[in-house]
Amino acid sequence: MLDYITSYLGMNTTPGQAGNVFWAVVYIFVVFGGVSVAVMAMNWLERKALAHFQIRLGPMRVGPHGLLQPIADAVKLLTKEDIIPDEADRFVFWIAPLIILCASFTVYIVIPFGPTHAITDLNIGILFMLGVSSLSVLGVVMAGWASNSHYPLIGSLRSSAQMISYEIAMGMAVVSAILMTSLNKSGTGTLSMIGIVEAQQQQQIWFLFKFFPLGFIAFAIFAIAMVAETNRAPFDLPEAESELTAGFHTEYSGLRWSLFMLGEYAAMIAVSSIAVTLWLGGWLRPFPNTLTGATWDLVFSLLPGFIFLALALIAFVGVIRMPKHAYFRIQTAGLAGFGVVLGLIGLILFIPPVRDRIQDIFWFVAKVAVFMYLYIWYRATFPRYRFDQLMKVGWKVLLPIAIGVLILTAILGVVL
Amino acid sequence: MGDQITKDPYISHLELGEPDKTFLDTNELIINMGPQHPATHGVLRVILKLDGEKVLGTECVIGYLHRGVEKIAENRTYTMFNPYVDRMDYVAAVSNGLGYCEAVEKLLNIEAPPRAKYIRVILTELNRLASHQLWLGTHALDIGAMTPLFYTFRDREEILKIFEKYCGARLTTHAFRIGGCQYETYDGFERDVKKFLDFVPPRIDEYEELLTTNRIWVERTRNVGKISAADCKALGVTGPVLRASGVKWDIRKALPYANYSEFDFEIPTGVNGDTYDRYMVRMQEMRQSLRIIRQAVEKIPEGPIMAKVPKVMKPPVGEVYHSIEAPKGELGYFVVSDGSTQPYRVRVRPPSFVNLQALDVMVRGQLVADVIAVIGTLDIVLGEVDR
Amino acid sequence: MAPVATTFFFYFLSGLTLLSGILVITRKNPVHSALALILGLLAQAGLYLMLYAPFVAGVQIILYAGGIMVLFLFVIMLVNIERSQKEEQFNKQWLVGILAAVALGGLFVLVYTKGTGLFPQAVSIPAESNNTQQIGELLYGQYMFAFEIASLLLLVAIIGAVVMAKKRI
Repeated sequence: MLDYITSYLGMNTTPGQAGNVFWAVVYIFVVFGGVSVAVMAMNWLERKALAHFQIRLGPMRVGPHGLLQPIADAVKLLTKEDIIPDEADRFVFWIAPLIILCASFTVYIVIPFGPTHAITDLNIGILFMLGVSSLSVLGVVMAGWASNSHYPLIGSLRSSAQMISYEIAMGMAVVSAILMTSLNKSGTGTLSMIGIVEAQQQQQIWFLFKFFPLGFIAFAIFAIAMVAETNRAPFDLPEAESELTAGFHTEYSGLRWSLFMLGEYAAMIAVSSIAVTLWLGGWLRPFPNTLTGATWDLVFSLLPGFIFLALALIAFVGVIRMPKHAYFRIQTAGLAGFGVVLGLIGLILFIPPVRDRIQDIFWFVAKVAVFMYLYIWYRATFPRYRFDQLMKVGWKVLLPIAIGVLILTAILGVVL
Repeated sequence: MGDQITKDPYISHLELGEPDKTFLDTNELIINMGPQHPATHGVLRVILKLDGEKVLGTECVIGYLHRGVEKIAENRTYTMFNPYVDRMDYVAAVSNGLGYCEAVEKLLNIEAPPRAKYIRVILTELNRLASHQLWLGTHALDIGAMTPLFYTFRDREEILKIFEKYCGARLTTHAFRIGGCQYETYDGFERDVKKFLDFVPPRIDEYEELLTTNRIWVERTRNVGKISAADCKALGVTGPVLRASGVKWDIRKALPYANYSEFDFEIPTGVNGDTYDRYMVRMQEMRQSLRIIRQAVEKIPEGPIMAKVPKVMKPPVGEVYHSIEAPKGELGYFVVSDGSTQPYRVRVRPPSFVNLQALDVMVRGQLVADVIAVIGTLDIVLGEVDR
Repeated sequence: MAPVATTFFFYFLSGLTLLSGILVITRKNPVHSALALILGLLAQAGLYLMLYAPFVAGVQIILYAGGIMVLFLFVIMLVNIERSQKEEQFNKQWLVGILAAVALGGLFVLVYTKGTGLFPQAVSIPAESNNTQQIGELLYGQYMFAFEIASLLLLVAIIGAVVMAKKRI
């Protein structure tokens, strides 16, 4: 058994490509578990970060500094009454959140956490991701229709119109990045996610900086379109409470509503992964060619461990600053335990075999985490676009710029 | 949905569509922004007649907060009625008190002593600042920016702390009395006010930084809810709404009361009369209020704070209309006395009530999402509209 | 890449396609029919994958299931559907229909068993990485003209739709 595991660790393809069902299933469980934990962490981070942006503290009571708040929210949502509107179509009502959830989660099978750390590597990887994430539009339309009341219907039609409009700009930006993959020595581009990152590695440049500013503009277009695609601020008119139509998930209560939120956060992480893979160099560490050499490799490989130790330090500082009262004893103990766990993880990350394997995953996750923080930052800062202005931005601003970038990239790619 | 509104007695002039077409077949749609709505700043009911997304007309149904304040006034003595006045515009309670006290002082032909006038001006301008800050927070929240709400409420706390130290209440302060002020300023009042004057200008800059040049904010507010100066004058709209349309009318300068003529301040005006101009006018007014407070707190004279007022107030028979520049517009009190201890009639001219008429003019031809922005920019308080 | 459990997946996906086809025509609610059609299209995308045509599978998902079916659903949801739900699902000619379907099925079986010479030879399994490239080369090389004409046709359709939808320009 141990031989099986250690023999596998020496393999150099993804389990999907190797046709290894057992390891593929293990990877699937690991990735989906990781995504679920990430969604819960994102929920906590959103409430805390939003609160700190707004000069307040956010959840502090449930668990130390509100760390157990997502669990409390999940329990609350699970125990709520499941209300189905009277005239609603029960089957469609039931299946709509499932479609969104499945579409958002299926995308994760091609996300590359490392050169061999993906569940599989389809050679149409990026096409698959864009296609399956566009299936969530179906879920939105069905959710609004199945609620059998016209405010959710209008909200869902608006939301789906917004999503399909921005998919076009997204697609154009993605194509211009794919064009850049064909500029390596072998002369052929690739649609596979791992191939895209390896193309960046071969060309020694993140596509963000390639043909500056074209790569940057394409990245900016994708970054804006992905915020609109996932219905987040400042494009969240369909789900804003203070506007007239309340949004497609109005009639959903309890667990079904939480499935929508789960799907939304999973979609956010998925499109951020696309952006990271295409423009930000995926799992490559920063400055791979300017700061080369074994020492720099060592420095960068020690970074994950240090970051976790820094987090553990923050946790311990929080422990010291906890109120010294009998009621807070459990919370203080909990936070201290959390700090200890973080510290242990940091120490484990210093062990050389772990350190080398964890590098790629760490950098990928760190870059996606930056995007998640940006999402929350946008939500705190920007007012909302009105719906016609939103559509105007998608069609009249982003799409022409995206087409222009595409043409210019193609010309430069041929000429240079 | 159609049936419910047909039976509603308040609908008079809006035509209704036939009920058996589907709601998307008819071009015109009647939507009710009911009394309970997160964005109507109180219990206001707005019935919108829409053509797709465009607003064809509105009708406001008010009265959900009517408490019969003016009727109560006929059964209370002049001093007893003073606390009731705060509850009308509960956001800027001090201005309400100022208007009423000055109206009755006009009737009684007495004048508050200079020290009382300075204290009145300082507290009223602080309240103007607080009211504008609350307006900014809620208006930004309606348009989608969640963060300015918390910033403005945090800074408003400082003003409310000063009020609490002065008269014991934060919101409905009952700060003034007929003839002056009852409470002497507490020890450290000037110091607190000066500290506040240093604390708040960078905060106002922060609000501006978040919103004024923000492209999304500008697109949401420019050319939204336009009203021309002629329309304003025809409807009787006053306050920042009037000034944003270009008319330089401020009662503090035009018909000065309570020694405003001793202070040096400017009247910000706008050009277009749209929501963005109203936003800029109110931001400038916040800064001008700070200017007035700074001048006032330097020169507070010593002296009595209460004039010689008879114990039993029986003003001579007569009537007086006295108006002040409340944060929301011209707040007027028409007090009729019949010689007894209780007024014969107190009629309040609330600025929000008159400004609400402009809603119809402002949103015609705009989209539904703008209705909420316009209600926010009118800065109405339902306590004042309904009394 | 080594294929895994091809027979199982083939029968599963084909069965799903057949099932969805049957559901499309037997459901009274048009929305349910559309959903069943989406299921069938996704199963077909899986079948394309099994034929080592991943690009076609991806495009099937993006365009057909994610674009055209969304359009279908929009139209179905916006049109007054109460009347269609009271209509009969099958009209009185169902016997003729079944006879015609049996005849067609018999014809298919005949062609399949007797006409094996008409089918192309079993092509050797190509390396999949060429599917996208091959399609690209054909589409932009040999069939460039048809491609441009098709895009022009779509442009005309878009303009026509916009003109019909707007009441006043």
